[in-house]
Amino acid sequence: MVNNQTVTVETAKELGLLPEEFDKICEILGRTPNFTELSIYSVMWSEHASYKNSIKLLKTLPREGDQLLVKAGEENAGMVDVGDGIACVFKIESHNHPSAVEPYQGAATGVGGINRDIFTMGARPIAQLNSLRFGDLNNPHTQWLLRGVTKGIGNYGNAFGVPVVGGEVFFDKCYENNPLVNAMSVGIMRKEDLISAVSKGVGNPIYIVGSSTGKDGIHGSTFASADITENSADDIPSIQVGDPFQEKLLLEASLELGKSGCIIGMQDMGAAGIICSTSEMSEKGGCGMNVYLDKVPLRQKNIEPWEILLSESQERMLVCVEKGKEAIVEEIFKKWDLNCADIGEVTEGDRLNFYWNGELVADVPASTLVLGGGAPQYDRETKEPAYIAETLKFNIDDITEPTIEECKEIADFLVQHPNIASKRWVYEQYDSMVGTKNMSTNRPSDAAIVNLKGTSNAIACTTDCNGRYVHANPRVGAQIAVAEAARNIVCSGGEPLAVTNCLNFGNPYVPETYWQFVNAVGGMGDACRKFNTPVTGGNVSFYNQSSMDGKIEAVYPTPVIGMIGVVEKHLQTTLDFKKKGQTIYLLGKSVNDINCSEYLFSYKGVKLSPVPYFDIDEEYNLHHTLNGLILEGLIASAHDVSDGGLFTTLIESAMPNGLGFNILTDSEIRLDAFLFGEAQGRVVVTIDPAKEDDFVDMIGLTGVPCCTIGTITDGAIIIDDEDFGKIEDYKVKYDTSISNVMEK
Amino acid sequence: MKFGVVIFPGSNCDHDMIYLLQNLLGQEVVELWHKSTDLKGCDFIVLPGGFSYGDYLRSGAIARFSPIMDNVIEFANKGGYLLGICNGFQILTESHLLEGALLNNTNQKFICKNQFITPQTNNTIFTKEATIAKPYSIPIAHGEGNFFADEDTIKRLNDNDQVLFRYCDEKGNITPESNPNGSLQNIAGITNKTRNVFGMMPHPERCSDAELGNTDGRIFFESILKNIK
Repeated sequence: MVNNQTVTVETAKELGLLPEEFDKICEILGRTPNFTELSIYSVMWSEHASYKNSIKLLKTLPREGDQLLVKAGEENAGMVDVGDGIACVFKIESHNHPSAVEPYQGAATGVGGINRDIFTMGARPIAQLNSLRFGDLNNPHTQWLLRGVTKGIGNYGNAFGVPVVGGEVFFDKCYENNPLVNAMSVGIMRKEDLISAVSKGVGNPIYIVGSSTGKDGIHGSTFASADITENSADDIPSIQVGDPFQEKLLLEASLELGKSGCIIGMQDMGAAGIICSTSEMSEKGGCGMNVYLDKVPLRQKNIEPWEILLSESQERMLVCVEKGKEAIVEEIFKKWDLNCADIGEVTEGDRLNFYWNGELVADVPASTLVLGGGAPQYDRETKEPAYIAETLKFNIDDITEPTIEECKEIADFLVQHPNIASKRWVYEQYDSMVGTKNMSTNRPSDAAIVNLKGTSNAIACTTDCNGRYVHANPRVGAQIAVAEAARNIVCSGGEPLAVTNCLNFGNPYVPETYWQFVNAVGGMGDACRKFNTPVTGGNVSFYNQSSMDGKIEAVYPTPVIGMIGVVEKHLQTTLDFKKKGQTIYLLGKSVNDINCSEYLFSYKGVKLSPVPYFDIDEEYNLHHTLNGLILEGLIASAHDVSDGGLFTTLIESAMPNGLGFNILTDSEIRLDAFLFGEAQGRVVVTIDPAKEDDFVDMIGLTGVPCCTIGTITDGAIIIDDEDFGKIEDYKVKYDTSISNVMEK
Repeated sequence: MKFGVVIFPGSNCDHDMIYLLQNLLGQEVVELWHKSTDLKGCDFIVLPGGFSYGDYLRSGAIARFSPIMDNVIEFANKGGYLLGICNGFQILTESHLLEGALLNNTNQKFICKNQFITPQTNNTIFTKEATIAKPYSIPIAHGEGNFFADEDTIKRLNDNDQVLFRYCDEKGNITPESNPNGSLQNIAGITNKTRNVFGMMPHPERCSDAELGNTDGRIFFESILKNIK
């Protein structure tokens, strides 16, 4: 059954294409496309697959470095040298829109998709991270989303058998109807085992392996390229359904396949399914392909060729096999009880010819479909949003400095605020230990540390972004996201290596949104150059805005940074206070700054203020200095000052071993700025008394500001000689605040 | 001693167990594929954790019918040593090698965290070297770990000293608050009447490597090595 519907520009518009894009397709083909071909272009030229409104800017990011083993964007994920002949393969990706309407499957298939990107290259995933954003936790809709997303991530990842080692959860009203679900996977492999996403060698057979194909996820990438509205639930058929058991089998079979020496290339099927993998693999190999769609294993009847091409059924791979070695490949998939069907062959030229029972149903040039090939690339209009000027009107003097008594109330408020409090309710639903490589379970640190068994190294990984900062100042906010990620890795004893990013923004056709995008990408580039962490790839997610009752609300611009680094295991540094009596130092400059802090935003209710204090050179020097101190073995603990400010940092360091702290504030700095301000470039370190002289000597040479703020106690919290209570009471509040809401 | 680790489709703690036995404890280990029936002359067989066959039916219910299981059951019935951890424990109860059943956790959620358990008996090769009533911090990671059996069975397990571990707090107290999943009498692991089959929900293989900062699980494997002649 073939759809012979007549195609006009109206059909194109219904499929999400612009009239000028329709004209361009007619020009490429030298004729009007048929419905199948038009469907192909509509998904391949959707924002989600083509990056048409972002690619020009992404190319301005630093994409080179000695540590990179493949060029940025060349393969499905970034690949970085972590020593001992081992390559680390990593990437982050969004699954925001599916999660907005069907949180369980949306999040689950996000996890599945990002892991396939890793193992399609021949790497075994060893760690996952999730960066999540939701609306107000007290809203039942948010609770429904949080429950579903958490369970979806957990049920998929737990069965698949890759631990979740880190991530973020952040709540703000702007994410109410459009949550962000960004999943990152990190894998390892021997450098020489790389499987490329390419098809070449005329006559080599093309196989589809893994799950059968159904109608799920058709037009998923088009769905991802539009606003969330009241009617978005009608798009539930666009959402894929995940099967982690199939994914686990596919993982093992794929890695066996890679080692068999029988294949030319392999690519997973994610967005835009068969059409995306056939076109990208062919374009990369400079070849064409004949594909017989009637040979694709199907899971349902009455499915049309265009639906097979576009289906986003999960847990599938496309494999280009070396001719003559088909039997070996088929044997591997038989062992794992997975489908393995020969559906076509590599041809000369660059035409993709799709057949259905002998009839040619689509004939398109591969290169015109793919990113960097014929897919359109646009510059968009920008305009500074009006609110930016408003943020600059904020004056700290308009906020009365709290007394020390009031600070107790603020402290109590902050430790229980969902953005500060423990995310235990979420992460205890994830298997964080399978694989026996998570070195942070019993030794907490700012970045997650994952063991490279049998070597002297480990991998540090983290995701970071405070969308509120980026909203206040996209350029500096994005710099801070990179700086914080790097700081987390340095605090853990590691050296930052490279970045993957997930750029979550609103509608690119809105000039104010695009202004945010341009500036954020610019800021990210600045910081990645400064910290020598090239961007290896990632994902752009536009249209993160909801249109409800005619009111359009975009999320904060949220360019999430996923960063990896390498740690020599003997340098692994943890964040927990070790022993009563050790001295607590603050590295970095104290400033009178409460901008964008959780304190100012949530406690004082000031929604607009400038980005917090940040100086990229000071930040860089801080990292360099801290790294030197750790190398010399002078540091007992290190924890950076971030969301919630210094007080939160101290509480987080005190809790693991039930210790406390006795500190003095700085008379030059307002109490609220000192305790709750979120100025960047600061790290709390503790030093054993025996090492203090060496520490003071060394820090004195560096020019990094450093002051003693107090000592570790056996559980009492004392600030300026005032009793702030006991650590165990804070711990109960910190640990149970979110579960009290969710289990109500 | 020769260990065999059974690999079912969906097993995901198989390699963790192999790494521990082979790399950290220096033992000979072979993989036993679920479609095979050959136990390769192993002295001790482990059913690892994971989600065999996706656990889409009751956990362990399908794995129990894998080709290899007939011989594993026969091996155990002849006195062979058999350990099932997490999904492996579920498979053992489904195979009726151990009594009781593992229900959904009472909070209906998957739970993964460090959990204290305390040994209840030294009268097995698996727990002989451990200290009774001492709390050991052993990770749990399961959605269906709520041990259930009828009253008679529970009584028999207790009377015959077949309870290996109970969940407890950091001081070793066996309390309702320290029960993570609703298991009857905080039971975390049991053995069979002939004391050669061991099942437990917590994962001692996840806390036996010094590089991970917790080696509380190691004593049980050392106990095996020391007490099987």
